[in-house]
Amino acid sequence: MVLQSSVKNCLQLSCLLRTPKAGFRSTASGGLIIQSISNDVYQNLAVEDWIHDHMNLENQQVLFLWRNSPAVVIGRHQNPWQECNLRLMRQKNIKLARRRSGGGTVYHDLGNINLTFFTTRRKYERMENLKLVVKALKALRPQLDVHVTDRYDILLDRQYKISGTAAKLGRTAAYHHCTLLCNADKLVLSSVLKSPYKGLKSNATPSVPASVKNLFEEDPSLTCEMLLDAIAEEYATRHQTDPHITLINPTDETVLPGINNKTKELQTWEWVYGKTPKFSVSTCFNMVYKDSVVDVKVDMDVKHGRIEVCNIDLPEQWLPPALCSELVKSLTGSKLCPNETTTLATTLLRVCPQDNELRSRWNLLCESMIRLM
Amino acid sequence: VCIHRVRSCSSIRFLKSKYVCVFDKSALKFSHRQRLFRTSAVSCGQIVQFKLSDIGEGITEVTVKEWYIKEGDSVSQFDSICEVQSDKASVTITSRYDGIIRKLHYNLDEIAYVGKPLVDIEIDASKGVAPEEDVVETPPMSHEEHTHQEIKGHKTLATPAVRRLAMENNIKLSEVVGTGKDNRILKEDILNYLAKQTGAILPPSPKAEIIPPLPKSEAAPAAPKDKTRKIPVPVSRPIVFSGKDKTEPVTGFHKAMVKTMSAALKIPHFGYCDEIDLTQLVQLREDLKSLAQIRGVKLSFMPFFIKAASLGLLQYPILNASLDESCQNITYKASHNIGVAMDTEQGLIVPNVKNVQVSSVFEIASELNRLQSLGSAGQLGTSDLTGGTFTLSNIGTIGGTYAKPVILPPEVAIGALGKIQVLPRFNGKGEVFKAQIMYVSWSADHRIIDGATMARFSNLWKSYLENPASMLLDLK
Repeated sequence: MVLQSSVKNCLQLSCLLRTPKAGFRSTASGGLIIQSISNDVYQNLAVEDWIHDHMNLENQQVLFLWRNSPAVVIGRHQNPWQECNLRLMRQKNIKLARRRSGGGTVYHDLGNINLTFFTTRRKYERMENLKLVVKALKALRPQLDVHVTDRYDILLDRQYKISGTAAKLGRTAAYHHCTLLCNADKLVLSSVLKSPYKGLKSNATPSVPASVKNLFEEDPSLTCEMLLDAIAEEYATRHQTDPHITLINPTDETVLPGINNKTKELQTWEWVYGKTPKFSVSTCFNMVYKDSVVDVKVDMDVKHGRIEVCNIDLPEQWLPPALCSELVKSLTGSKLCPNETTTLATTLLRVCPQDNELRSRWNLLCESMIRLM
Repeated sequence: VCIHRVRSCSSIRFLKSKYVCVFDKSALKFSHRQRLFRTSAVSCGQIVQFKLSDIGEGITEVTVKEWYIKEGDSVSQFDSICEVQSDKASVTITSRYDGIIRKLHYNLDEIAYVGKPLVDIEIDASKGVAPEEDVVETPPMSHEEHTHQEIKGHKTLATPAVRRLAMENNIKLSEVVGTGKDNRILKEDILNYLAKQTGAILPPSPKAEIIPPLPKSEAAPAAPKDKTRKIPVPVSRPIVFSGKDKTEPVTGFHKAMVKTMSAALKIPHFGYCDEIDLTQLVQLREDLKSLAQIRGVKLSFMPFFIKAASLGLLQYPILNASLDESCQNITYKASHNIGVAMDTEQGLIVPNVKNVQVSSVFEIASELNRLQSLGSAGQLGTSDLTGGTFTLSNIGTIGGTYAKPVILPPEVAIGALGKIQVLPRFNGKGEVFKAQIMYVSWSADHRIIDGATMARFSNLWKSYLENPASMLLDLK
């Protein structure tokens, strides 16, 4: 039976708005506040997508509150190799996600809260949202020196960034989301947001680094929960609704049909890495082999996250040229991914002459190439 | 409140200036959206300049970040055209028209201006939609447009092609449930609606002859030529499948596999299979599992298979050898680096456990755990994946009994282990008992290995596993 599925979705979520006391909200100023029970960055981003695609925001705006376990989130048009230390993230098991909104790269952990304001495209208004947040903070702690800049950042004490903003506009709906640093791990933040990759040339949106501070450092009595509650209250007041936060489960297909597909899509390599705008890598490095130092020059053109063109310059005869060209041929068209390169290189090694000297040189070169990824 | 006056005009370009409205600021941003146009008034193949609409917040310029279409592509209304970015906001621009893209006015990373042409679209009016069919562009259920929708009677979003299909079948669009974005009615929705009427599967092409179904509502019966004729089930009509073949280049890992496997099949393989009674081993593992768990290691059967193989290789070292390219020299490898085939998202990878000849079963189990977790995380290093001398493939975890494994160069032998099955067997007294049987299939390089050697190695390996206590005698 073909049900008007998207209308049904709207009905289901809007049913949540109906509280016994308030009864039905009438038109213009309805505001629904929802909070995710999940800390998975992909699931939460998928909820944003879902609301953007399926909810009717005409009579009801939505505030979505969420927090993630450690993850780095890059903007829609950014280059992860340029923005963060992918190697370190893999070691520390910190996830990488690409959101659909623009803007720069941020680090999320449970000490950071995320706020998404959903409206129709007509009612998209970032300044208002940020002023709401500042108002809530001041209501909670009047002594806090927080204000909104014209770059849509929120600064603490006029110098430390505590919130960054990004937005997504579709055909009929829009959302503006921002972070808020309560008690995030600043050490990890600064180490993962520093890219070790050299020689990258790209037109991807660059991030603007800023000094950050946690609200907790200013006032140790503050917790994420308090901030979330304060903001929800202010939002509810603004929209004349009950400050009731509805919890949602981003894996529940009955409330959010199709959500799991959205989550999966956000996790695909094609989305996270493949959406990187075209860029080139041009770098030199040394390899220490036995008692000598070998200079290597690598040039690569990367499109859709795959190596389109690859060139490796080695001292003559350090490796048999046939072998080297075999490596280059295999790398061409493959993903700029350490795992793919490792399996590719080790598989190729099976058809090489079985010579220990050769193997160690090959391994050294491959390891060095992998470090570029 | 806006009052839109629609005039018939021969060119869409002038529509915007013909509005007589009392606008408020927010409506102005979306004036283009509230436009009604008559598709019949546009002459076939007219090229329209689709301008970049207002982004809001007083923004006048954006950067084009991604094109979703290219020149020559056909687009439908509401299809995404491109992604632009302005000051941390990413905006998806969708098409207002059905047609063919004729020109992109900007390249990637160029600045595009609000109000200036973004793309040129050749309007597709050749589908001949009837003049009364106005397409309301506005987002559904929006307040301002409510009155207009009522006037026109259409609350629905559908492309002209879909409307024609509905018209041909005498379907009221208001009765069809749309499953597309914003409740848009898609071709599939019309077909589903029809299928429910007739109980038949209809071909998706609107040009095919469709016998009008008996309409549910009693609106003016438009066309059924013969009211008494029952709708025939169109058995003779072919079921049209519109899936397309997809070709993609062989890259990266697969390219490397092509090379390796082509080299592998140049090796003259011979096979040797047998069955192993693992009843005692199953019991032993059961006993030892908890002890290993206490030490933090998950104990499977593989560590036993691997250790037994190494003990066998001590007696038959030629199976742990390598033949050089010219087939002039055999190198007997000192280390038993036993590879374990792993199935990952990428495909087959074979990390190996180094120096099994001097490792205990527990150490092997621990190393296997490490390799398995790295493998599933996609973080195996080159040293884990190189240097293997002999391989075991436990395909039985997925299923299967006998197999024909392919030797991985530069090795000369490989074993594939089937799943463990409970089967009836006869014991020494002629009684039937429950046995845990596993099949093993070996392949070896017939240039340097003969059948007898393989058989003897297999028998030795088998005896260690069927009577695990015997392994104690030969453990180093």
